[in-house]
Amino acid sequence: MLIAARDVTKTYPTADGPLTVLGGVSLTLDRGETLALTGESGSGKSTLLHLLAALDTADAGEIEVAGAALSGLSDAGRAALRREKIGLIFQQFNLIPSLDAGANLAFQARLAGRHDPDWCATLAGRLGLTDVLSRYPEQLSGGQQQRVAIGRALAARPQVLMADEPTGNLDEASSDRVAALMLELVAETGAGLLLVTHSERLAARAGRRLHLSGGRLAGAGTHARGAAE
Amino acid sequence: MTRTALAALLSHWRRRPGQLATLLMGLALATALWSAVQAINAEARASYDRAAGELGLSGLDALVRPGEPLAVVDFVALRRAGWLVSPVLEGRVAVGAGPPVSVLGVDFLSAPPGALPAGLAGLGEGEEPALLFTAPGVAFAAPALAERLRQAAPAGWPEIRADAAVPPGQVLTDIGAAERMLARPGEIDRLLILPDQPRARPPLAEVAPGLVREAGREQGEIARLTSSFHLNLTAFGLLSFAVGLFIVHGAIGLAVEQRRGTVRTLRALGLPTARLVALLLAEVVVLALVAGAAGVALGYVIAAALLPDVAATLRGLYGASVPGVLSFDPGWAAAGLAMALAGALVAAGQGLWRVARLPVLEAARPRAWATVSGRALRRQAGAGAVLLVAGIAAPLVAGGLGAGFALLAGLLLGAALTLPLALSAALALGAARARRPLTQWFWADTRQQLPGLSLALMALMLALAANIGVSTMVGSFRLTFTGWLDQRLAADLYARAGSGAEAEAIRGFAEARGAGLLPTAEVEARLDGAPGTIRGITDHPLYARSWPLLSSAPEVWTRVARGEAALVNEQLARRAGLAPGDPVGLGPGWALPIAGIYSDYGNPRGEAMVALPALQARFPQAVARDFGLVAPAGTGADALRAALVAETPLTEGAVIDQAHVKQISLAVFERTFAVTGALNVLTLAVAGVAMLTALLTLATMRLPQLAPVWALGLTRARLGRLDMARSSLLAALTFAAALPLGLAVAWALLAVVNVEAFGWRLPMHLFPRDWAVLLALSVAAALLAALVPARRLARTPPAAFLKVFADER
Ligand SMILES: Nc1ncnc2c1ncn2[C@@H]1O[C@H](COP(=O)(O)OP(=O)(O)O)[C@@H](O)[C@H]1O
Ligand SMILES: [Mg+2]
Repeated sequence: MLIAARDVTKTYPTADGPLTVLGGVSLTLDRGETLALTGESGSGKSTLLHLLAALDTADAGEIEVAGAALSGLSDAGRAALRREKIGLIFQQFNLIPSLDAGANLAFQARLAGRHDPDWCATLAGRLGLTDVLSRYPEQLSGGQQQRVAIGRALAARPQVLMADEPTGNLDEASSDRVAALMLELVAETGAGLLLVTHSERLAARAGRRLHLSGGRLAGAGTHARGAAE
Repeated sequence: MTRTALAALLSHWRRRPGQLATLLMGLALATALWSAVQAINAEARASYDRAAGELGLSGLDALVRPGEPLAVVDFVALRRAGWLVSPVLEGRVAVGAGPPVSVLGVDFLSAPPGALPAGLAGLGEGEEPALLFTAPGVAFAAPALAERLRQAAPAGWPEIRADAAVPPGQVLTDIGAAERMLARPGEIDRLLILPDQPRARPPLAEVAPGLVREAGREQGEIARLTSSFHLNLTAFGLLSFAVGLFIVHGAIGLAVEQRRGTVRTLRALGLPTARLVALLLAEVVVLALVAGAAGVALGYVIAAALLPDVAATLRGLYGASVPGVLSFDPGWAAAGLAMALAGALVAAGQGLWRVARLPVLEAARPRAWATVSGRALRRQAGAGAVLLVAGIAAPLVAGGLGAGFALLAGLLLGAALTLPLALSAALALGAARARRPLTQWFWADTRQQLPGLSLALMALMLALAANIGVSTMVGSFRLTFTGWLDQRLAADLYARAGSGAEAEAIRGFAEARGAGLLPTAEVEARLDGAPGTIRGITDHPLYARSWPLLSSAPEVWTRVARGEAALVNEQLARRAGLAPGDPVGLGPGWALPIAGIYSDYGNPRGEAMVALPALQARFPQAVARDFGLVAPAGTGADALRAALVAETPLTEGAVIDQAHVKQISLAVFERTFAVTGALNVLTLAVAGVAMLTALLTLATMRLPQLAPVWALGLTRARLGRLDMARSSLLAALTFAAALPLGLAVAWALLAVVNVEAFGWRLPMHLFPRDWAVLLALSVAAALLAALVPARRLARTPPAAFLKVFADER
């Protein structure tokens, strides 16, 4: 089991009193499995992903990622987990603006001390970035930037990839291409994928779907492809 | 991991070298300013000390026999009894056709260090000291005089050597040689009393009856005044430190802030927080050290450029050479570096603390650097108000210099912290009164930018306030002091008699020439229980006409002349809480009512003035030694002076002419003005750089705010012009706030710090014309700072504006 979350809750204090975003959520993700998490805007998808990625801490419940219980980890331990085991893809790409595409792509692998130039070159080729590696993020289109981000997330060979609305900032054509590439590469590397999206088209391509609403998860049926159970 | 992360952090600077340059420049300029002030202060202090030493103003007391020279037996008797004294013989001799030469004979073996010119080269290495005492001996003179004497010296004179440390016109030699040169065998004019004396020694009256202890010639009024001036320079250093701190704070805070995105990404990708903070910290330290070192070097250059002025003044003042070269003092260099480092760390502390404490996602939220809530603004202003009140309360509850500086610090920091709220209120007022939509938008938009600019504006305000405060202080100093010199040195010449014979000669001279004579005698006494000086004066209309009285009772001069009343100086009156009408104790069993209080700038001691006969009735040893001479109608001061020196045994140095003293002191203030003026311009420049940095940063963040206005039909050039107008508006408003602050700072310097430090208060003068210039300067600085971002805005391609709309979804 790559991810196992049980009865996770998260409440934010707001001006109008506490806001319970997650009211006891449980889910699992296996190796090689792709899971789409859908829900209305503001339903708490990002919140849940942040908890699973050890970016934030849950109020209650247990989360295990790649065999490690998050509640027992220090800040350094959580950082190490993110660095070593998780690949993150954000809606805003979050590339480092002062590094060129090549350096951005290799960045996490370097940070984790696992830089493999051949693998990075392969990724760049597969993502169609070979010609733009020396450009800076501001000189890339949105689709190109997101492909660099995907490359960065995969370069360190993570066990699980977590993507938060990865195509949310892209037009439809590049959105489809980026999604296809991502799913393809995930399948090849055998990593698990947790995909947060509000796009039905994208969710339909995942092996399994869960829907977040009112702070609770509901199964939305299992797609035929990619299910490992 | 560390290398990768560090490379990512540093790549920011590689991509934005301009920003790195601005940051380094701001830091370096702030450090430069601070260390230049330090350097000038330290060097000027050292120069004054040197110059005072060269004048032989050792301040040592001496023994004299009124009206007669001393003899070797007196010296021997005193030494036998255990008194450590050193003989001095002075006089003038004619040599050839040129002006007469002053001969100063000392005992090189027993002379205390302060009695010899500082930096005297003396004998060469390996030469026997005996060379000095055995005839013909060796004498030292300034190079020009030495040259002249080598050709024209009478037979039997010692070997003349050039030594730049000896004041011009003087020959310094052993007392034995001086006896021969002056043809006064066995005579001694004065016996200097060394500062460290053995504990057990018989009283003077027993060992040497008939000898009088004469108080050491204190440093001249100008020299004493400089210590007050230095205190004020130190205060200026403090001000520039505060300005520097704000700028460093702004610059570093910005550097941390701008890389928020990168920092967030680094953390998300798995860089541990502790490592990240350590890296950022190391970066700040390296930046601060690099910029600090550059700043110290720059400060050195600035100080060196300004110092020749100071040195030239001293040369004119003392007729002695003062090296106009700045010596590098590791102390102030280290202080400069420490200031840069401390400032940078304090500045970075806030940002780093946030990075370290907040969860990753909190940092991920685009924190609004440029949007501070109204509540935070009010909280900050509240803290400022507390500081203001605490500062103002400090001198009220506690006395002392510390309280004075607490007042200064409270005023400056408190006002700086309240500034943003005050500006915000002013802008809100403007917005409320605006009619046209564009003006409304302009006011509102300006207000929105305030938080991003507030640090730079605070720095600008401090710079302006420092400027106003210091120039008001120096200007008041100059006006008051020159006016006071006019009053206090109303006679044309002042002569000091070294002996009774000289005193007689002066009297005779004045009578023969028909010159007015104002003799004064001084005695040491206990004034209201504390040590001080009583000055005995003779009645002369000049006193009533010009003596600088601060307050007086009716018929003041008549009563003083009759010996019925005394005058006291401001220092004594303040210390003892005396007012006209109160009695003042002038010694055992002698008290007189106070008829008036006079200003006595630069004098640290209490002083009283009474009629000379009244003084002599109580202190028989009070002999008039100082004489003011008023030139008779038709004779100029120069002619009188020349005649006095020619016809009496007085040396050049014993006669001071009033015009010369005034001219010198004016020159000191002119140079001072030049120096502080240059420093002021620098402070403003630093504040300008801070503005530029802030504006450049804001410019990148402002596109989304400007895009809609542009879309509604305002050209980019117009937007740029509006931005420049906004800058000047803010600068003008800041100036309006800085003016009262600067005046308060000047007042604190003159009326609190100076009184605490020296016991006298300077009246404050206002210089509105300077303010107008300063206002123009600060608006110009703001315009200049806004020019680059405005031009950049005017050239922004429309696509960039359009992208704002595309991104917004
Ligand atoms: N730090 C926070 N403080 C307060 N409320 C928050 C915070 N983060 C998210 N929220 C709120 O929690 C809810 C869920 O947010 P999010 O997980 O981002 O939703 P989604 O990603 O599904 O659009 C939203 O109502 C949002 O406003
Ligand atoms: Mg979301």
